[in-house]
Amino acid sequence: MVKKNEDAVTYRDVNENPCNMCMPMGGILALKGIEGAMVIVHGSQGCSTYMRRHIAEHFNEPVDVGSSALNEKGTIYGGEKNVRLALDNIIKVYRPKVIGIVTTCLAETIGEDIKRIANQYVLDRGMDGFPIITAATPGYGGSHFEGYFFTLKRVIMELTRSTKKNNKINIIIPNISPADIRELKRILEEMDIKYVLCPDFSDTLDRPFSRPYTKISDGGTKLADIAAMGGGLATIQMGVTIDDAISPGKYLADEFGVPLYNIPIPMGIENTDGFIQTLVEITGKVIAPSLEQERGRLLDGMIDSHKYNFSGRSVIFGEPEMVYAVTKTCLENGILPAVIATGSQEGRLHELLRVALVDVTEENTTLIETDFANILAASQDAKVNIGIGPSDGRYLTEKGEIPLVRLGFPIHDRVGGQRLLSLGYTGTMMLLDRITNTLLENKYKSYRSSIYEKFYQQS
Amino acid sequence: MFDNNMGTIAERDGFIVTKGKNKKQLQCDADSSAGCVSQRACVYCGARVVLNPITDAIHLVHGPIGCASYTWDIRGSLSSGSELYRNSFSTDLKERDVIFGGGQKLTAAIDSLMKKYQPKLIFVYSTCIVGVIGDDLQAICSLAAQKYQIEVIPVESSGFIGNKSAGYRAAADALLRLIQPVNSVVMEKTNSINYLGDFNLAGEAWIIHNYLRQMGVKINVTFTGDSNYESLKLAPKAKLNIIQCAGSMIYLAGKMEELYGIPYIQISFLGIEDTAASLRKIASAVGDESTMAKAEALISQETTRVEAMIARYREKLKGKKAAIYVGGGFKAISLIKQFREIGIDVVMIGTQTGRQEEYDTINSLVDQGTVILDDANPAELERFMMEKGANLLVGGVKERPLAYKLGMAFIDHNHDRKHPLSGFEGAVNFAEEVYSTVCSPVWNSLMKSHIGSGVEGHG
Repeated sequence: MVKKNEDAVTYRDVNENPCNMCMPMGGILALKGIEGAMVIVHGSQGCSTYMRRHIAEHFNEPVDVGSSALNEKGTIYGGEKNVRLALDNIIKVYRPKVIGIVTTCLAETIGEDIKRIANQYVLDRGMDGFPIITAATPGYGGSHFEGYFFTLKRVIMELTRSTKKNNKINIIIPNISPADIRELKRILEEMDIKYVLCPDFSDTLDRPFSRPYTKISDGGTKLADIAAMGGGLATIQMGVTIDDAISPGKYLADEFGVPLYNIPIPMGIENTDGFIQTLVEITGKVIAPSLEQERGRLLDGMIDSHKYNFSGRSVIFGEPEMVYAVTKTCLENGILPAVIATGSQEGRLHELLRVALVDVTEENTTLIETDFANILAASQDAKVNIGIGPSDGRYLTEKGEIPLVRLGFPIHDRVGGQRLLSLGYTGTMMLLDRITNTLLENKYKSYRSSIYEKFYQQS
Repeated sequence: MFDNNMGTIAERDGFIVTKGKNKKQLQCDADSSAGCVSQRACVYCGARVVLNPITDAIHLVHGPIGCASYTWDIRGSLSSGSELYRNSFSTDLKERDVIFGGGQKLTAAIDSLMKKYQPKLIFVYSTCIVGVIGDDLQAICSLAAQKYQIEVIPVESSGFIGNKSAGYRAAADALLRLIQPVNSVVMEKTNSINYLGDFNLAGEAWIIHNYLRQMGVKINVTFTGDSNYESLKLAPKAKLNIIQCAGSMIYLAGKMEELYGIPYIQISFLGIEDTAASLRKIASAVGDESTMAKAEALISQETTRVEAMIARYREKLKGKKAAIYVGGGFKAISLIKQFREIGIDVVMIGTQTGRQEEYDTINSLVDQGTVILDDANPAELERFMMEKGANLLVGGVKERPLAYKLGMAFIDHNHDRKHPLSGFEGAVNFAEEVYSTVCSPVWNSLMKSHIGSGVEGHG
């Protein structure tokens, strides 16, 4: 069988309808999962506003992010004054426990040493011990996906201390939904396992309605817990597609000797089994009977749906880590991953896919650092009949009549992106139902007319 | 560690006044201060929103991917022809381009776009780093224009050169370049008008076209809703410019008066009062007695039709209090009157980019005690809405979750809207939207502070 995925990085002179966002966006998301955190984007005013708008529309939450509001003068003479003023004002209005500063194209191009600026500020203000986390995240340096993990690594580099051993497992959380994060916590609690989830934006970006309103939401990974991650029992990182250079788990292993278990997002039977087995391996605990029940229900549901799923020819797109997990889930259920695409950099996705797809006899295409114009063209070539990914994929629906199962970030044209549950046995079942029902809906919509057109002849 | 003066930022003092309490004049049209969490976007954003509705243009962003990603098809401008404007093209600059320059990449991008789309018009937007690395946009665009014999127009929209208003100006300069007749020949005037500052959101420009057609007034071209290369080229033929969104268009109108002898008048089609007044103003400026008579007939017929519909909503809404935070001044001014039409008083009002004369008008229209603020941030919006007891907020995507978290109704008055708010139709839609949110039953559920509270006879 011909496989087209040998030259996966799509060369082009122009990006037509982007399938990724920029590094500081990922940085903001990661920092929003830290207790009492405020974020400053060091760059021109628009960067923070665009990112706030994007995040606010997905989560339906207020997303306050400061900007150093670099102007012409700051661009020429350096933006230190702006950063200091931004820190002053943010501290005054928000009283954060920690501040993250992510940089932008502009700040990095003019050569700002943001770490030095932050250190000097803490010194001058007599704020010894106040944590300011800086991350160099130029928009041209990578996508929001790399920005997320790199910033998270910086959080841990700044906050984690050498400490005595504790009995908690560090869990490095990728960009999944707040509902997914809550599901992971539930699984850990079912297993009676102590943990530190980092980052944890399950409350900060999906907070319950309550009065009075507070400018900084409750929740997020506690600073003391992050400090103690160096003494963790082990680290489970859901980041198999990322490079070591941006790996928070690798840093914890190298710096503090915390054993690293780098596993895929627990979506699908195999990946969820892998997660549970890892927990058992680390702690020696027995698998909670309730999880066995959930697993059994997922298997039962997979059997119920398998013939419908057989008709699925999918295009899977978005962030590498999510794309990999969805691909594995599709493969388990007989849905062909006909086109697999990400706008992000290669990382390890391509080599992982090569292994995952080794038994697939049908033609399939992998696109790395690609855009939606390429994804559409490949999907039409491959006669794809379902798309799985963020809401920008509505372009595939509009131009290519490919129905879309919305998953990941961002979801702008539907409500509830933050409530989508797709992980663990139960979450996988819910995702699979969404996929199967989309296939069914499409089939019911067209089968009468298509069969009529194909066979009916007036006698 | 922190001072006790929580929540107040000294730099912001001059930008907030309470009518009747402060003698000072409100400050406006200044760059946002660092760390103030301004709701404004950047120069590029201002330029893009003005030019994007030109339907058959290629909108090519020269910069890193984020700028194109955050602006892809997020606006609700409708087209009666080409859909090309709904794509977002980017040169997707990477680190090596920042070091070695992005000029070649830009030329290659234009070459491939010409091959694929054969457009007559390409806008090339400059972003922050292009302003810093010094790619010669002017030269590259002229070369391409010569090579292909089309318009390739650079838009000087580097984010750090000012605020959103600077972007309006950059767009106006690009438009002036586009409409300049070849060899500066003087175009013969026709009996028609240009309509400036309507972006055909949810078909709003079409609604106004229909009114004017009924009055026998011909629209030459709209800037820029549902416009295209051909129609804009004929812009100098109009004998009058009517301007709605003055913030984005007044500079262009001034220039067109200077260059092409086209005078302008300001109008607004938001609300019954302003719509009727604007139709009369246009009829008397360009028409004869029969035009006036047709205008009066239209106004009386439409007013009668919609007033009955609006009266029902007014009954339910009487006495409620509104807070307004929108982009430009014209919209804010019209909203004050429009709220009066449905029995609602405005207790807080602000804009991102309002001009001094617009704030003077606002000040003359609102009641004593109303808070007026320029370039507000979430903390100020929260504070004044709570202090003033607002029942609803009018704003954009970023403000919506804040209102909801405060348990407050919300009106979407942004570029993303899916229903028209202009003209008589729009006035009904507006009243209905206010009713749908202010009188929603969901607020009743908030009256119960916790499970079981407020339920009589329980237990």
